[in-house]
Amino acid sequence: MGEVKLMKGNEALAEAAIRAGVDAYFGYPITPQSEVIEYLSREATKRTGMVVLQAESEVAAINMIYGAAGCGKKAMTTSSSPGISLMQEGLSYIASAELPCLLANINRGGPGLGTIQPAQGDYFQAVKGGGHGDYRLLVLAPYNVQEMADFVKLGFELAFKYRNPVMILADGALGQMMEKVELPPQEQRVHIEYPWATTGKPKNGERRVITSLHIQPEKMEEINLRLQRKYKQMQEEEVRYQTKNLDDAEYIFTAFGLVSRIAMKAMDLGRQRGYKIGWIRPITLFPFPTKIFAEVAQRVKGILDIEMNSGQMVEDVKLAVSGATRVEFYGRMGGVVPTPEEILENFEKMFIKGE
Amino acid sequence: MAVDNVDVLVEDVVKPENLVYRRPSTLLDVELHYCPGCGHSTVHKIFMEVVEEMGIQNDIIGVAPVGCAVFAYNYMDVDMQQAAHGRACAVATGIKRMLPDKFVFTYQGDGDLAAIGGNETLHAANRGENFLVIFINNAVYGMTSGQMAPTTIEGMVTTTSPYGRDPKTMGWPLKFGELIAPLPGVAYVTRQAVNTVQNVRRTKKALQRALEYQKMGLGFCLVEIVSNCPSNWKMTPIESNNYVQNVLIPYYPLGDIKVPEVKK
Repeated sequence: MGEVKLMKGNEALAEAAIRAGVDAYFGYPITPQSEVIEYLSREATKRTGMVVLQAESEVAAINMIYGAAGCGKKAMTTSSSPGISLMQEGLSYIASAELPCLLANINRGGPGLGTIQPAQGDYFQAVKGGGHGDYRLLVLAPYNVQEMADFVKLGFELAFKYRNPVMILADGALGQMMEKVELPPQEQRVHIEYPWATTGKPKNGERRVITSLHIQPEKMEEINLRLQRKYKQMQEEEVRYQTKNLDDAEYIFTAFGLVSRIAMKAMDLGRQRGYKIGWIRPITLFPFPTKIFAEVAQRVKGILDIEMNSGQMVEDVKLAVSGATRVEFYGRMGGVVPTPEEILENFEKMFIKGE
Repeated sequence: MAVDNVDVLVEDVVKPENLVYRRPSTLLDVELHYCPGCGHSTVHKIFMEVVEEMGIQNDIIGVAPVGCAVFAYNYMDVDMQQAAHGRACAVATGIKRMLPDKFVFTYQGDGDLAAIGGNETLHAANRGENFLVIFINNAVYGMTSGQMAPTTIEGMVTTTSPYGRDPKTMGWPLKFGELIAPLPGVAYVTRQAVNTVQNVRRTKKALQRALEYQKMGLGFCLVEIVSNCPSNWKMTPIESNNYVQNVLIPYYPLGDIKVPEVKK
């Protein structure tokens, strides 16, 4: 067993970044995730030589990531909803130029300046691209502090495997709450020479150019087709999800992130009342675990999707189910966290009393 | 035969002792997309000459902007990244912080550097980022065909200032070099031009000095080059060079604005 500590989600993510041998963090303070840059400013450089730089804006931070990632380095940033919006331009360029990087969105309530309380209103932005053009981020949704730490290393592995930005989509509560976390061992920072990385033109080779500009439509379409092949490969190889009680389930509760834990509790309460409820938690939001939903839809009476937004992931659930079963949604917005009791109450209203 | 005669003639003339011009090995042997007479081509050439002469082709990484020079990487035979509009100094910060022993430069126009990228340029300068910014100031947006730039001078006609730039509603032309020169992180600010042979030589020297300062780790270096845009100014190349001399340079005077004290 590795070192076990009681940590905030934001701190666990920061500590995991140091231990993963990350080369650079560029960021800008925003609640509820400023602990990440504070922790790294305090700890990272002295321990591993990691570069930690407070940028003048999220716009600058994501473009610093572009530059550093273009040198083949492990570069990351974190922010919260309004800051993530500012990064969308850079993310589109990074996705198009096929650079690896990791970012975390500690989602707060919106739209606009919104609130600093936890929310999941950025699901669409995270999984449907977010910026301009046809591109996807690979999106991981942790549901506890342990995964806030674990998904850093996993995120970089996936980012470099696909040369694509990877996002950890959490919420303000996961960032702020403290839990027991088993920390990974310290890895050395290593410099790897990638053939695509701009580190100075090789003496006996071609210059490297990192760009997202391809004026000829046929060439730009070719780039798009390559990106789409990559996303298809992600759909085939990277789908991750967790299930409970599917064997005898007549109903399914589904939710991602923090809400999936509340939904799990609601499931337990429901089973005490005799309802055969199962539970599916998508871990990768893109690629979405479509197959498991399509499978269970053939044998359950209905699926209740619970989110801290107005109903975003539910659209992907409906697409997966494709009309094979009834899909309902219950959500709270603006930073309000639903309770297990109210989830169950709404489940009863929708599926039991109405029957 | 005529063809044979031409061959003989060429062989007679093309001899090492007759060589007056050679493309630097650091500039790729391709046709430039720049308009005839445009200063970009000249700056590309002299900067790549400096890279060749300093022997740093394998140790330099460039950042291309959005604007006419977006394709700089098609001509400069060095590793390059193409940045989003205005973000070159942020991208260069990421590169230089990862590879502090390499030379890093950005190549930006007036709109890219001083308008949409004003914040990134200012803060990179203020942090004293140890790289070179080559700033082509031709007082107009070239790539999008002739709109007003932050450096468009008072009264100058562009497609978005069709009655001339009126500072009362459009603001005054921005002297970015003078703006950042007082910052402690800024090592070297100079304004040059490429409209005459003498000015071309001075610009080349300034670019070389800036890279030497970078090698010494002195901080942010800005080489502003007052340039022309014959196509969007709707002038011949010669007329445009005269316009640089007679109209732009009086507003943007040439010379060093800040020079570091270097211990010999």
